[in-house]
Amino acid sequence: MTDISQMPDAAPTAKPKSGSLFEKDARTKRRNAAESRFKMYGIAAIGIGLLMLVVLVTNIVTAGTGAFQQTYLELNVELKADKLDKKGNGNIEDIKKVSTFGYAPLIASALENEVVQLGIQTDLKPKEMGKILSKAAQAELRNYVIANPDEIGKAVSFRFLTNSRVDGYMKGRVTRESIANDKSVSVEQLDFVDQLRDAGVLYKAFNLDFIFGSDASDQRPEAAGIGVSMLGSLFMMFVVLALALPIGVAASIYLEEFAPQNRLTDIIEVNISNLAAVPSIVFGILGLAVFINYMHLPTSAPLVGGLVLTLMTLPTIIISTRASLKAVPPSIRDAALGVGASKMQAVFHHVLPLAAPGILTGTIIGLAQALGETAPLLLIGMVGFIASNPPDGIVAGFLSPNSAMPAQIYEWSKRADPAFYERAWGGIIILLIFLVTMNTIAVLLRRRFERRW
Amino acid sequence: MALSWLLLILLALAVIGYFSGRSRALASAGGNARELHSLPSYYGYNVALTTLLPALGVLIVWLLMQPMIIDNTVSGLVPDQAIPEGSDRGLVMSEVRRVANGLDGAVASEAMTEAQAQNPDADIEALTAALKDAGQVLTQDITQPILMAAQKYRSMTSNGSVAMQVVVLALALLGAAFAYVRTHKEFRARNVVEQGILALLLLAASIAILTTVGIVLSMFFETLNFFQLHSWKDFFFGSTWAPNFRGGSELSILPLLWGTLYISVIALLVAVPIGLFAAVYLSEYASTVTRSVAKPLLEILAGIPTIVYGLFALLTVGPALVSMFGNGGALGVGWMASSNAVLTAGLVMGIMLIPFVSSLSDDIINAVPQSIRDGSLGLGATKSETVRQVVLPAALPGIVGAILLAASRAVGETMIVVMAAGAIAKFSGNPFEAMTTITTRIVSQLTGDTDFASPETLVAFALGLTLFIITLGLNIFALYIVRKYREQYE
Repeated sequence: MTDISQMPDAAPTAKPKSGSLFEKDARTKRRNAAESRFKMYGIAAIGIGLLMLVVLVTNIVTAGTGAFQQTYLELNVELKADKLDKKGNGNIEDIKKVSTFGYAPLIASALENEVVQLGIQTDLKPKEMGKILSKAAQAELRNYVIANPDEIGKAVSFRFLTNSRVDGYMKGRVTRESIANDKSVSVEQLDFVDQLRDAGVLYKAFNLDFIFGSDASDQRPEAAGIGVSMLGSLFMMFVVLALALPIGVAASIYLEEFAPQNRLTDIIEVNISNLAAVPSIVFGILGLAVFINYMHLPTSAPLVGGLVLTLMTLPTIIISTRASLKAVPPSIRDAALGVGASKMQAVFHHVLPLAAPGILTGTIIGLAQALGETAPLLLIGMVGFIASNPPDGIVAGFLSPNSAMPAQIYEWSKRADPAFYERAWGGIIILLIFLVTMNTIAVLLRRRFERRW
Repeated sequence: MALSWLLLILLALAVIGYFSGRSRALASAGGNARELHSLPSYYGYNVALTTLLPALGVLIVWLLMQPMIIDNTVSGLVPDQAIPEGSDRGLVMSEVRRVANGLDGAVASEAMTEAQAQNPDADIEALTAALKDAGQVLTQDITQPILMAAQKYRSMTSNGSVAMQVVVLALALLGAAFAYVRTHKEFRARNVVEQGILALLLLAASIAILTTVGIVLSMFFETLNFFQLHSWKDFFFGSTWAPNFRGGSELSILPLLWGTLYISVIALLVAVPIGLFAAVYLSEYASTVTRSVAKPLLEILAGIPTIVYGLFALLTVGPALVSMFGNGGALGVGWMASSNAVLTAGLVMGIMLIPFVSSLSDDIINAVPQSIRDGSLGLGATKSETVRQVVLPAALPGIVGAILLAASRAVGETMIVVMAAGAIAKFSGNPFEAMTTITTRIVSQLTGDTDFASPETLVAFALGLTLFIITLGLNIFALYIVRKYREQYE
């Protein structure tokens, strides 16, 4: 306000202006320009923020949708009895003795037959042709034979995964130019792939295995899936829900309804608000030191991950629960007390049910936060672990080593083959679908049950 | 008997206690509930809680204490000369545990009888061979003292768990009996139960304190260990970060702190102007419709997990920056060698912090009383002059608090820097170079096989403690400023 009086134009020595209000003088124009500039800055800031959101989302969608499609090659494989069941007695133990290498010739000859049948002209040797398939193909065939030993001697139609380069070629990630220095695929092989594609036996299809399958080793990005680590995340969320919800609600009830005004209460309150801002990696250090080093709980187990995430989400749940308890008007408590309920009864029978929707919303949001958290999981060993087998049984689900969705995504992002990057983005799409669903449920709950007193 | 069975038995006892307590109370009142002091179910709850709570409490404490006591006793059994050169007691103890687990596994898979496993004069070679046959993993050759210790460890563990089960069950039964005998129509069951529940609620609230204590203690003791192995002068005042697992590492926090602060500053340079202008626009200019659309959209950015930002930095922003500033890039300057750089991490972290700054500032700007704005507008100031000269100065302390909170977030952020900042610790002002941060080093020192006796691993705890103190300081200061400011207008 003082600024205005100091402005030179307003000084008494200035010449009195003539002219109408409709005629803007230079200073008004300048001030108006500053005004609209300032407004533009604001719009630009919001624009940049929203633009970043759009860029991020488009990037995720364009880079990640590829993971939901996979290139397959359809082959008619003759399960030759003389190769697979040499003794001819159908004994499953004997069939198991044939290693995955023993299945390679079957696939190779099936591919050769296919080429002859389709009339494809190629200079490739059979061995080179076979290389367009994934290394997982033989194992897939072996598993099928072991599961269905009766099929030996028949010809069965299979849909094999192709290797990641061929898959990349079909998706446009790999081109003839980009493979100049690539030893694992040649231009001739890509020509061959083109011919197979035109013949209709090599095609892209929806990749269910990515969603439900298990992780695969470095060499086989085409076979990697996020299913097992999804289970890991699920078990962790069970732990978080089972611990954080009751403890969080109990703590909030104490602080909001019963806590006397004293030193202890103050310390608890300060602690909770500080814990909410402690970097998540510090919780990881705590988990490593206390749960793994001291209590000797199994490394990489969803139970430990769940415990760490519980400690991390507790402040979130406590803060939102306290807010919803506070929103219940005191008249409800007074009415309950007035008809003879004890304080405990008033809280548990009347206040808590009324606050339940708000508590639930806060819990879901806390869970969503925990689901996406990665840093503490790095320290308790949920990374670097190849989640190749789903846990057998519920106890194993909590105690045997597993990965979690964000940890799996991180793991893929570190691997050398770019085909894994596509998986990582695909994993992020799945993770975000979970988060969006959870948050939508939370918002809907709030809308549905929100009550204005 | 597994732990789950013990818990199930306790639960069953509690359920039985509930019904028997309830019926005893009713019986004492001759079946007329109105004669009772409390509602019948309270008598049941009283018995159930008295059965369950002391037993569970002892169970938890026992589970926490037993490993520590056994470790201490057994580690006292290992003579000093049994500890090999260049190793220490902790390593030998983990070997002891491994052998004990191996014996357990061998007995469980029936490769060995219990007597064989506990035979103190067992032939070590035969035992090792038997363990290996049973598929147990051993890393070292078993020596006589280690075997002795492992056997002691096993026997103490199994004795301990038997004793625990006996004590816990006895406590549960005692509690049940005590509460059952006390149950009578005059007994003030509701008051007792409510006292118990209140104690439980208080316990739940104290978990926050326990967590903080746990965080501080777990890092504090390991940090002390670290400073016994490594000079604190080098840690705080050295100039090089060069961990070397063969010894002779230089572990100074300063280069890491520099990287952390540099990246945080870049992030704040991105987030503060954008966030602040967005907040001003949303609170002063935007129509309610714009506000109700733009604000939640911006806040989505805050809800996205950091792993997504990490991947975005690693695979999108980094390469994009290289294609602009790198060799043969669009600008042809050749400043940037790899996509891992301070700028990459800083920019992406800045995007992440935008909603953080904007939401907090928005709240604070909204808290400035309308009368102040009206006064300024009434004097003829334009809207932007009001914002710049009246509203923002009034909101300044709060905004500073918001920025400090964002800074604390930036300092503690892990995934983005782990994936995009690089691993080279150095003092450099060039934002196109890779640098490393405190959180990155914590992750790299603590992942994989960790040996808790080497300074290279323990340094992570010292780094963690420093990080904890820095963020805690920033938070407390920020909250103090925000709170103090709020009081002004309330």
